[in-house]
Amino acid sequence: MKYTEEHEWLRVDGDLIVVGITEYAAKQLGDVVFVELPEIESQVAKGDEVCVIESVKAASDILAPLEGEIVEVNEALVDNPALVNEDPTGEAWFFKLKIDDLSVLDTLMDEDEYADFIA
Amino acid sequence: MADLQHLPLAALHAELGAKMTPFAGWEMPLQYPAGVMQEHLHCRAHAALFDVSHMGQVMLRGPGAAVALEALVGADLVGLADGRQRYAVFTDDAGGVLDDLMVARRGDDLFLVVNAANADADVAHLRAHLPAGIALEVVRDRALIALQGPQAEAALAALIPDAAALRFMDAVVLDWDGAALWVSRSGYTGEDGYEISVPVARAEAFARALLAQPGVAPAGLGARDSLRLEAGLPLHGQDIDATVSPIEAGLAFSVGRARRPGGARPGGFPGAGRILHELAHGPARARAGLLPEGRAPMRAGTLLFESEDATTPMGHVTSGGFGPSLERPVAMGLMPTRLCVPGTRVYGEVRGRRLPAVVAALPFRAPGYRK
Repeated sequence: MKYTEEHEWLRVDGDLIVVGITEYAAKQLGDVVFVELPEIESQVAKGDEVCVIESVKAASDILAPLEGEIVEVNEALVDNPALVNEDPTGEAWFFKLKIDDLSVLDTLMDEDEYADFIA
Repeated sequence: MADLQHLPLAALHAELGAKMTPFAGWEMPLQYPAGVMQEHLHCRAHAALFDVSHMGQVMLRGPGAAVALEALVGADLVGLADGRQRYAVFTDDAGGVLDDLMVARRGDDLFLVVNAANADADVAHLRAHLPAGIALEVVRDRALIALQGPQAEAALAALIPDAAALRFMDAVVLDWDGAALWVSRSGYTGEDGYEISVPVARAEAFARALLAQPGVAPAGLGARDSLRLEAGLPLHGQDIDATVSPIEAGLAFSVGRARRPGGARPGGFPGAGRILHELAHGPARARAGLLPEGRAPMRAGTLLFESEDATTPMGHVTSGGFGPSLERPVAMGLMPTRLCVPGTRVYGEVRGRRLPAVVAALPFRAPGYRK
């Protein structure tokens, strides 16, 4: 698993990247009550606001961690936003991204580096 | 940022695992480990303890305090019985709301609780307008604790049996273990409950004694906000401010019958001309409840439109979020009065899209007050 400074995790799944938010981020957000997902087949640039996530108190965005194409989104989050709090690194993935070059993942933090980052 | 003030119960909040946040110059508990949603639901089902010691507590002493304060608010305070409390709003000469407050009568004296963010301005306003002979004391040696929810009565009565006999908006002095507590049966959640002013030296022991009662759990500012939103209660600085009149805000009840035309003491408060005119003829705009049809919350500031393609906004959301008890987004907004009819569909612009919302009567939930 790789991590961004925006508290997203990235997991390689075949030739795709699965993206979600970390347990730390889910805890900071609090109870998630609304999730808006990007459109499938949309091209995104690194840093684009691709998802909206709202807790009882506030709204925030999930940014595209890398340039690529959104090929799948997790509709289960729309019906049950609380999944983000219940299983942020498992069932509550947000989208799958197709990227040209998997090696860019090497520029991201690994688990130990992320643990230091949030410490 | 200027140094934050710390609550008398700061150590207890830390021990309870509170996540703190700056609010109105104070470091306040935003939530505890249970989280906003659980704290909210716990309050509706059991009882929640809120530390609201940031709020301003002010005593006005002396014969004529009620008459004097009536010069600044539209409430009937002369007619406020000893041991009773009433909601009031400070208005300015244009009829806008400077702050809203609770006023409790104790003999000749009045005990005021005002919003933290406005406390200094309110005290200056009072000092500038009260006649000589009325002593104003800012009460700094007392914490303020709100105990709210259906189990609040049992919890407080376990410590102070007489608390059970209070009715909604009673405000009395009760003894707890040698400490004089100023207890009112009121709150800001739409639930039955109490607000209790307690000497700082005894505040932590008192809070711990309440938390030890069955069903009592701490709740933070986050839950306080979602609870008051579901209860349709306005928040100064958001739903009401100097640009909004109390009549527009749906607070006509804060203008006593005695202060209206034909009453014993009509008018005589700042902005009375506009306010009494709006009372008689209706305001051009009003505060309305809104139920967004989808799942997306409509937050404060969301522009409201009469139709999907209207070019100019007709109003805006003043408070909005998710209502945990209603399990849906809820909001309040200021809109033209003709649209403030329950069932009317309007549109809020959220992230560039017009999303439908239906006007609903306030409060969204029937209150649990013990009248």
